[in-house]
This record gives sequence, C-alpha cells and structure tokens, in this order.
Amino acid sequence: MAVNVSLTVNGTRHDIADVEPRLLLSDFLRETLGLTGTHVGCEHGVCGACTVLVNGHSVRSCLMLAVQANRAEITTVEGLGTPEALNELQIQFREHHGLQCGFCTPGMLITGEDLLNKYPLATDEEIREGLSGNLCRCTGYQNIVAAIRSAAAIRREKT
Amino acid sequence: MKPVKFDYVAPTTLDAAVEALTAANGEGKLLAGGQSLLPLLNFRMSRPAVLVDLNGINDLSFIELRGDSVAIGALTRHREIEHSPLIASKLPVMSAAMRHVAHLAIRNRGTIGGSLSHADPAAELPMMAMFYNASLIVQGAGGRRTVAAKDFFVDALTNSLEPEDIVVEIEFPVLQHDGWAFEEVARRFGDFALASIAVSIRSGPSSIMDARVAVMGVADTPLRLQDVEKQVCEIEIDGGTSERFSELVMSSVTPHSDLHASAEYRKHLLGELAKRAMRTALAARR
Repeated sequence: MAVNVSLTVNGTRHDIADVEPRLLLSDFLRETLGLTGTHVGCEHGVCGACTVLVNGHSVRSCLMLAVQANRAEITTVEGLGTPEALNELQIQFREHHGLQCGFCTPGMLITGEDLLNKYPLATDEEIREGLSGNLCRCTGYQNIVAAIRSAAAIRREKT
Repeated sequence: MKPVKFDYVAPTTLDAAVEALTAANGEGKLLAGGQSLLPLLNFRMSRPAVLVDLNGINDLSFIELRGDSVAIGALTRHREIEHSPLIASKLPVMSAAMRHVAHLAIRNRGTIGGSLSHADPAAELPMMAMFYNASLIVQGAGGRRTVAAKDFFVDALTNSLEPEDIVVEIEFPVLQHDGWAFEEVARRFGDFALASIAVSIRSGPSSIMDARVAVMGVADTPLRLQDVEKQVCEIEIDGGTSERFSELVMSSVTPHSDLHASAEYRKHLLGELAKRAMRTALAARR
C-alpha cells in the first residue's frame, strides 16, 4: 500500500508517487528529496534537530508521516537563506557564534523563526523557554540565546 | 527507530473513521497530532495493522462558548488553545497550563483529543479535564455518548474507551471563581511534570466559599482532590491559610518513587507548589 504525495518544499512543488505510509517526513526530506539540511538526532521527538516549518508552524519532522504532508507547504533550513544571502536570524547566529558543530543548528534556526513569529521574546527566560525542546550537544546555549535575542531586538526596531 | 509496516487510511468523515476502526478488528490505531503515537511507532512499541488518520476530518477543530461551558473539538491543536482569547477569559487555569504543555513544535501539532486519549498521568490536559470536571463526547459503533473525565482516566496511559471509540469533543464547564493559580515543576521546562497543582477559589469576606483543586505527577492518573476542596472551605482566610492548605494537599496524596524523583521529594514539591498556588489565588481575588 502506497500513497501519492504532492507538496511544496522551499517554494518548489514535488509530486511523489507511491510513498510508503510508514516513511517519516524527516526521511522523506533527506532521502527522497535529498534535502539533508534537516538533521535527524533522536527520532522520537526529544532533540528538536529535525524541526521544519509545516504551513508556517514548527513541527518535528520525525513525528510526522510523509503522507501526512500531502498538500502542505514546508520550509526547511535550506529555504531560510542561501550561503550568499543569509536571512536575518542566520546572520545573528554567525555574528554571535551561535553554532559550534552545527548538528542542532537547522532545528535551532527553524524553532527561532517560529518563536520570533509567535512571541515577543522580550526576556532571556522567554527565549530559553521557547528553545527548551531543542538540544545542543555542544551545550552552546548562551550564544544561541544571544543570537535570538539580537534577532528579536532587530525585529522590534523594524516594526 | 522506524515504524513497522501498516495500512494507512485517511477518512474525511467521523462515520468513515469509526467504520475503518471497526474493520481493523482491534488492530487499528487512531492518528491525531501523533506527538505521543509517533514515538511509540518509531520505537515499535506500538505495531498497529491499520493507522486511521483523523486529520482530514474538518469539523473537529473548534473552540466555542456553549452556555456555561467551553466546547473544544478533539482535533484542536495545543497552540490554538494556548493562544485563544476565549480560553484565556473563560478557562484561565487551562490557559496558564498550556505554556507547560511540551515544547513549541509539539504544541503546534499535538491535539487535545489525542492528549486526553493517551492519558499520560503527568500531562497537563488530562489534569485540566479532571480539574474542570469536563465531559468527553465520544463517537463509537453505537453512536455518540458522554463520558465524565473522572470515568475516563482509568490508569497510567489507559482510558475507558472501546477500541472503535473516538473522542469527538470535550466540554469544560466554566468556574465562577475570583482567584486561581497553576504551578508546575518539571526537570526541563516543557517536559512531563514531577508535580503540579491547579487551584481555583471563590472567596467570601473571611473564608473560601468554593474551591477546585487538582494535582498530577503524584498518582497513576491526574487527581481532583474533592476532600481538600471541602476542607479548605472550613478554614479562615488569614496569614496561615496557604500553609494549612499545603498540609491538606500533602496528606491526601501517596506518590510513588521512580527514576525521576522519590516519593518523599514529589510530596514535598507538591506541598511547596500548593503553598505558592494558594498564595497566588488569594492575592488575585477581588
């Protein structure tokens, strides 16, 4: 039994036939579409590395089936910016040394984008609460918080 | 770390979903937000033959005022409850609890019907169902029926539903109170609670006229402490009210020790949270 899946990933439409229902969205993105920017850590919704935006909201792609993404619009870390033109949050991660080994970074960036969209992020406590579902194995949290704090401040100035 | 093979059905009506579940003959599993089920599938602790995905059924996601109750559709995501102005004004304790429900990405996907059906003893929404004395509307092979929250949670991760039953909506009666608080401690913010308490009161000039108290993390299901609710109305409001309330709460629970905390610690923690909660509830009253 297989299902056809049509979805948009980073602005590009994909029509994939015969997707096995048990295929996780994380594996679909990495293996079927070749988008390896989305990292797979724990595969049970604890580490947050595989977080992507589904219809604008952050979702753990290891806790969603690919067939459930039919008709969805997905943004992965590849869709945030390009190496030549990073988006504002990515610039702040670079400025503040918000990454070390880089494994958790895709999930941190996607979660950061969703946090910036939903919450004022006026205090570090609020930022840390928002990031509590994302683990950094280098324990480099201080600089990740600093990068998001700075991105939130820039957003406030702009509005 | 990958699920076993299963058949996938995505019905667009409730009747078709009940039919698919019935046809699965006990080997079927409902998929709502999937935030508890997918880890179980990935670990292969759950091996359903058929997965019935409810997400294509449109009319199961809503929050609406219905007389003196707020009705919430089973497929309503945690995020929608967290940000709902109606929940904030009518069910303020639930609104405060939502911030503690897992993490951002899980709140974006998880549903109230799924959380209640999963019946984790340390999850906020089952506790809120007990706290508000909620009614669950369930659709099964024999049509619709109503199940009270107190009859729904049987044991840890165990509800009283039949295999072909689906939680459709939940009604939360609004409390006419003037002070409330929600307190919780988890090892990591958003993780399952080590202990938590919800308190709501209506107070007179010198004593509490009506109280509602629920706790979790200290038993195999969330608990409503009806004895404490009665006893706290017999004590006067003075400087020692929150201490006496804390003693009442502590003496009414018998937590277990586990990997995360000893029984003594959980009891002590609950007592401390009870004190804080009553202080906040008393300070908030008009």
